[in-house]
Amino acid sequence: MFQKINSAGLWGIDGMLVSVEADVHDGLPGFIMTGNLSRETREAQERVRTALKNGGFRLGPKKITINLSPADIRKEGTTYDLAMAAAVLGAFGILEASCLRDGMVVGELGLNGEVKPVRGMLSLVSAAKEAGLKRCFLPKDNAMEGSAIQGMEIIPVESIQEFAHMLMNPGSIQGFFGQAWEDLEEKAWDAYDVDFTDLNGQAVLRRATEVAVAGRHNILYIGPAGSGKTMAARRIPTILPALSQEESLEISKIYSICGLLPKDTPLITRRPFRSPHHTITPTALTGGGAVPKPGEISLASGGVLFLDELPEFAAKSIEILRQPLEDRLVTVSRIYGSYVFPANVMVSAAMNPCPCGFYPDRSRCRCSTRQIKQYIGRISKPILDRMDVTVEAAPVTYQEFRQHGRNESSAAIRSRVMEARRIQAARFAGGVAWTEGDSCSGNFGKEMEGKGSRKGRHVRFNGEMGVKEIEAFCRLQPEEEAYLEQIYQKMNISVRGCHKILKVARTIADLAGEEEIHKAHLCEAVSYRSLEEKYWG
Amino acid sequence: MSREAQEENEVIYWLCQFPFLGPATIRRMREHAGSFRGIYNIEGMEWAMWGVLKEGEGEWFQRAKKDFQKVLQEYHSLEARGIKFITCLDQEYPRRLKPLPDAPTALFVRGGLPREDQPSLGIIGSRNATQYGLEVARYFGKELARNGVQIISGLAAGVDGAGQTGALEGGGCTYGILGCGINICYPRENYGLFERVVKSGGIITEFCLGEPPRARNFPIRNRIISGLSDGIFVAEARERSGSLITVGLALEQGKDVFALPGRITDPGSRGCNQLIQTGASLVNGPGDILEFFSIKFEKKLSLHEKSEKGLAKKEKMLYSFIDLQPKHLEDIVNQSGLPLSECMMILLELELSGLIQCTGGNYYGRKLS
Repeated sequence: MFQKINSAGLWGIDGMLVSVEADVHDGLPGFIMTGNLSRETREAQERVRTALKNGGFRLGPKKITINLSPADIRKEGTTYDLAMAAAVLGAFGILEASCLRDGMVVGELGLNGEVKPVRGMLSLVSAAKEAGLKRCFLPKDNAMEGSAIQGMEIIPVESIQEFAHMLMNPGSIQGFFGQAWEDLEEKAWDAYDVDFTDLNGQAVLRRATEVAVAGRHNILYIGPAGSGKTMAARRIPTILPALSQEESLEISKIYSICGLLPKDTPLITRRPFRSPHHTITPTALTGGGAVPKPGEISLASGGVLFLDELPEFAAKSIEILRQPLEDRLVTVSRIYGSYVFPANVMVSAAMNPCPCGFYPDRSRCRCSTRQIKQYIGRISKPILDRMDVTVEAAPVTYQEFRQHGRNESSAAIRSRVMEARRIQAARFAGGVAWTEGDSCSGNFGKEMEGKGSRKGRHVRFNGEMGVKEIEAFCRLQPEEEAYLEQIYQKMNISVRGCHKILKVARTIADLAGEEEIHKAHLCEAVSYRSLEEKYWG
Repeated sequence: MSREAQEENEVIYWLCQFPFLGPATIRRMREHAGSFRGIYNIEGMEWAMWGVLKEGEGEWFQRAKKDFQKVLQEYHSLEARGIKFITCLDQEYPRRLKPLPDAPTALFVRGGLPREDQPSLGIIGSRNATQYGLEVARYFGKELARNGVQIISGLAAGVDGAGQTGALEGGGCTYGILGCGINICYPRENYGLFERVVKSGGIITEFCLGEPPRARNFPIRNRIISGLSDGIFVAEARERSGSLITVGLALEQGKDVFALPGRITDPGSRGCNQLIQTGASLVNGPGDILEFFSIKFEKKLSLHEKSEKGLAKKEKMLYSFIDLQPKHLEDIVNQSGLPLSECMMILLELELSGLIQCTGGNYYGRKLS
């Protein structure tokens, strides 16, 4: 007899629907599996056989053939175990599996018949929904995660025995549906446990952060230890616009694949803030491995990638960020295909002004000019070029860090940021509003043939403007033009530095709600100019 | 140059290649042998026997005679490389150095030597100076050079470089004394300054070509700095710093010492304050030093008083908050009570008009003119 059951596996960060076909016929007893399987998938044979035996099912001495279709795509992972067991039971005629026609079965089996959780459930259920399936049978521990996909009936399964029992009484199957997105969103705003009210003083730092976030410029904080660099960076997500459902799903998928999704919340509702240690390897940053997994930059997608102690990072790790920052995605190529992960991040970085951290307070800093230069010189130039806003944090006085209240809250800053972003959206999309994650939502994962690369790049924020856009959108009045020329000549600023100043000035003007860039905006942008132009010529 | 003098110079050049032969030893050897050529003609072992050289050194001396022709070739290539080799026998040899007990036997020079008929001042100080020290050194260098004082310094990072940069700004002559071979630029980041100093003054060293900047070379070159100067101005020095060694040498050579007073709480100025306590002249402005050289100086030390008058009210207020000691933008905003963006605009205006400077990061300090 023949039995077919829907299941799903991971492909990059996306799920792909796989039908598990089982056939039982006379002949030499055996268990054959086909369908381009990896080792862990092939091992399912032993798990399924033993689990069925321990579940109290007796299989006769027949020849069993299992095929995972489409058969030409590499299958990895252990998500197919439960579906295989069900298909075998169905093929033996022990079960009537017709009620699974509009359902998907996913789960790993233990030898005693229990159903264990698997990674990437979000992507799998999402694939089922796209294929038009109505219900999913999932491991109990994954049920919450799966329920994040709206309109999908989720039926938690604890063991193969329970599953068989369910199938024998199809009428009694009772699943549940996930919470509506709106309810989740309510929770999200309490979810940030930090707020800009916590950051005392540091008006310059706050303002620079606001400007950077509003125009999605990358920001570099310089300052002595304890001046609030990390504090400010950690609070950037709280002034970013709220996550849309698509973005949330996209981010959650990546976390789901890495097994980082918290058990009790089905979706990530805060913007991520990732702060990798400076010993991180290039692969850990961009993603990779024999079976490529997303790296830190993808985990930070839609949020903030914070590089603390920037000069301590290996040059190679930093260098590798260049292409992802440009394309907003990471491509990892392997012999059997290339994987594309999102990399839609705002980079913020922090560093001390000198090795000891006290410069320019010469009563405490004893670093020589050469030492300081060497320290700064460790940062690769291409990355500095991508930092539009550089701000120096002042050492904090006792009064400042002891004072309470009176600080502006994240919500107030966020409303200004949203307004500036609305202006930018109108500018770059001709009236169509874009959201933060527009280019990142969609089908990532393994690049399929014919689908082509997704490197189409459109500008959404001031921080992403190229020379062409700068010319179009950062026009100056004659007076401001003359002023910029004066600055350019007197301060010895490079052409690239000039472009950065214009981009940031555009954002500052947007924050002020001004159509034209005024002198004040230019001046402020100049004071955020880059490191090499500020430090020692 | 006569053939004889030429030969003498060749031998001096050869003698300079020995790391163990200092000016004092060479002088002793010359007294022994009568002339430099005579030194060459005496066997190394003989020098060792007389106790002028140690045994190993004597052997080395003898061995090195084989390379004499090679060294000569190098000597004759100097001119093409723009390097002058000036020995104590030459006319050009600085008169200021002659009385020193350990006067260098010869000097390598690119550019020129300080003029004998013009006063010269050494500007020395910490390599890790504060903005105050750097700014004052630059200002003094500029004003003094403009009034015809030649600025002598070590072309090092910090005060040295600042003083010489100032001298170039003032359009005067400045001379850099190196602690390494003349073909080596140390510190490297001063390369631009090196070339400019060669053009409007000169760089001088007693170390032979290719000598790396060893730590022990610097106290040795310091005696040339003080030797070539008629007075020494210390802009900033910590306690027990290298600058104080130079001051000690200057005092031994009978030179006058000027020191810039600092706040008693600044570790960077403690050395200067100590000098003043023990008798160095306290300097209120470039005029004090010019007065010592009997040069008339009209201008008073001012923080841009004249140009300050043209400033708008708010600019004037912000300017008054800024000090020689750089202040962070944050403090300026807090003290002035002006909004951040306005502060930034006014500061940039002030910076563009050359009244203040951004000293790195968001720190702002006054500029002396």
